[in-house]
Amino acid sequence: MQRKNDPGERVAAMLRIRRFEEQCILLSKDGQFPGHYHVYIGQEATAVAACAELGTDDFVFSNWRNHGHLLARGAAPDRMMAEILGKAGGYARGKSGTLHMAVRELGVPATSALVGGSLPLATGAALACKRQGRGVVVAFFGDAALEEGACYEAMILASLWKLPILFVCENNSIPPAQRQRGQYTSSTLPAAQLVDVPQALQIRTEAVDGADADALAECFDRLVAEVRSEGTPRFVEVRCTRWPGNFPLWPELPCGQWQLDWAFGQSPDRADLATWLEQSDPLLLYLRKIVAAGGLTREQVQALDERARAEMAGAVRFALDSPFPAPEEAYQHVRAEQGATL
Amino acid sequence: METTFIEIMRQALDEEMTRDASVYLIGEDVAAGGAFGVSRGLVDKHGPLRVRNTPISEAAITGLATGAALCGLRPVLEIMFIDFATLAMDCLVNQSAKYRYMSGGQLSVPMVVRTQAGAAGGAAAQHSQSLESWFIHVPGLVVVAPSSPVEAYGLFKSSLRLDDPVLFIEHKRLYAMKEHLPADAAAIPLGRARVAREGSDVTVIAYSAMVRTALEAAQQLAQEGVSVEVIDLRTLAPLDIETLVRSVTKTRRVVIAHEAVECGGVGAEVAARLGAAAFDELDAPIMRVGCPFAPIPFAPELEQALLPGREQIVRAVRELTS
Ligand SMILES: Cc1ncc(C[n+]2csc(CCOP(=O)(O)OP(=O)(O)O)c2C)c(N)n1
Ligand SMILES: [Mg+2]
Repeated sequence: MQRKNDPGERVAAMLRIRRFEEQCILLSKDGQFPGHYHVYIGQEATAVAACAELGTDDFVFSNWRNHGHLLARGAAPDRMMAEILGKAGGYARGKSGTLHMAVRELGVPATSALVGGSLPLATGAALACKRQGRGVVVAFFGDAALEEGACYEAMILASLWKLPILFVCENNSIPPAQRQRGQYTSSTLPAAQLVDVPQALQIRTEAVDGADADALAECFDRLVAEVRSEGTPRFVEVRCTRWPGNFPLWPELPCGQWQLDWAFGQSPDRADLATWLEQSDPLLLYLRKIVAAGGLTREQVQALDERARAEMAGAVRFALDSPFPAPEEAYQHVRAEQGATL
Repeated sequence: METTFIEIMRQALDEEMTRDASVYLIGEDVAAGGAFGVSRGLVDKHGPLRVRNTPISEAAITGLATGAALCGLRPVLEIMFIDFATLAMDCLVNQSAKYRYMSGGQLSVPMVVRTQAGAAGGAAAQHSQSLESWFIHVPGLVVVAPSSPVEAYGLFKSSLRLDDPVLFIEHKRLYAMKEHLPADAAAIPLGRARVAREGSDVTVIAYSAMVRTALEAAQQLAQEGVSVEVIDLRTLAPLDIETLVRSVTKTRRVVIAHEAVECGGVGAEVAARLGAAAFDELDAPIMRVGCPFAPIPFAPELEQALLPGREQIVRAVRELTS
């Protein structure tokens, strides 16, 4: 897990997620794994800021867009990639794939691929934390979760029982101009702002710009500390703008892999990507800012990027080399040790 | 001294909560006793933090119990009526049942969902159903349906100690049933059926309240010279096929009886499994007794017209032996 407020570590953590996701897209295009999947490109700063505040007693709950959450929490990219490829080297030996990846020892007990499905679970984990006197919960979910009834029911419980949980709504469908403005109308929820909803349930809320890594770090530092000290829920809406590669049904790399030069003068050929980078890419915007401020040199960033690329290339090799699980493993882990307890 | 199903269940809950501090009761009105008073008084002994009333939010409280189970607690969730399990279905089917598997065995969901089912007079179509067969269809769920207070005591203890989600189905009509709980009553292993009455001519397989009915039918048939073996399944998932095959090898004739709608019921699965495992042992087609294909009506006359009982079992057995 990263050290807080260290620009180098923050950049490294974001770069690792981005380079991991790019490899994931390449492996999919190469036919190395079946099924649909979701990448976290453009949202890296959120998981990185949130997980920087967490310790070993804390829990993270995630959804189908979980790769960034897991990497930021300290999961090993090689085992993650092996899981995505359905290999025996994966965290669940190929049983979860991308959609349900969980790592028990890192306090990531469940990734639910049901919209809103993890919120009640995360609330239950917060009850367990409260009763056991240690830990808080961070629940990541998308904006569509607020359209599901279970989401309200969970927030009612968290508010009523004063449970230590931070609800992190990653709203990735915001046009850039509206990210910082107070008011907007969501296309699918008849509320002026998503944060109005939990507020009505007496949960303190705020909204933060998901492209601003510093704002995110400040926000999560404060909110997680509040949840920890007061033991009550908070709700944060992280406003992001969707990365153009995420518009197609299956993610694509517009103009190939992300280039460091794009942060320093050069521009990709595609206009939509260029605009997104300039206005909405949390990684690029943070790099520019921190290099301009002298927090990191361009060479240092270059070195971090090379390290991230090498690490993810290694993860890909590990995953490709990892054997497939034996067919009889499909029958294992349906229930507690069959025969022993039943 | 004889005590009721409700009192014996309360005793089992109390003992388990005393034994294991991670056990929590969660549900609508559980602090007041729940819908039928099973948990009445437990809040006074174990406190409102361990006997927790929830909002009327079946989806979320099932998720809450599942999340708490994933993170170190051992919740006992009460879903007031099995009819309302529909609202908890997403969590039970897609989440609680699956985390052990999806995580490759890293995780477990040790929780018991207590609920009650069945028709007991005038509860009508939304509070009288027997929906257990939906749940035996889901890998990862254990389904238990006790047939008496003493059975419930022992089966509940095993259910609570199991590291898997268990749907524990109590029958309304059994709540007032009284039995003597032996001082040495212990946990009853799950996944094993019980021969409730030995016989040699026909095997009647039942569970939950229908076991009593089957025993009454067996009593009546004994007077006609027909010897009926009654088997109490106890656990519907996993099914103990060996015990059934052993009985069928002896009697060569089978009736499966349950209160649930016959179509797509547990009996269909039992029949198919027996047909495959013991076809050569059978001298006659497997018979099923279940509710006709209609919702449970309110009027007692109509309810009685639908609900399968002793008469239906007797008739089925006679058909097999005539
Ligand atoms: C209960 C349920 N309904 C529908 C789906 C199909 N589905 C998967 S992702 C998705 C949209 C989710 O949008 P959002 O929550 O904003 O997350 P994002 O993918 O934008 O991060 C839908 C409808 C699902 N997984 N679960
Ligand atoms: Mg979204």
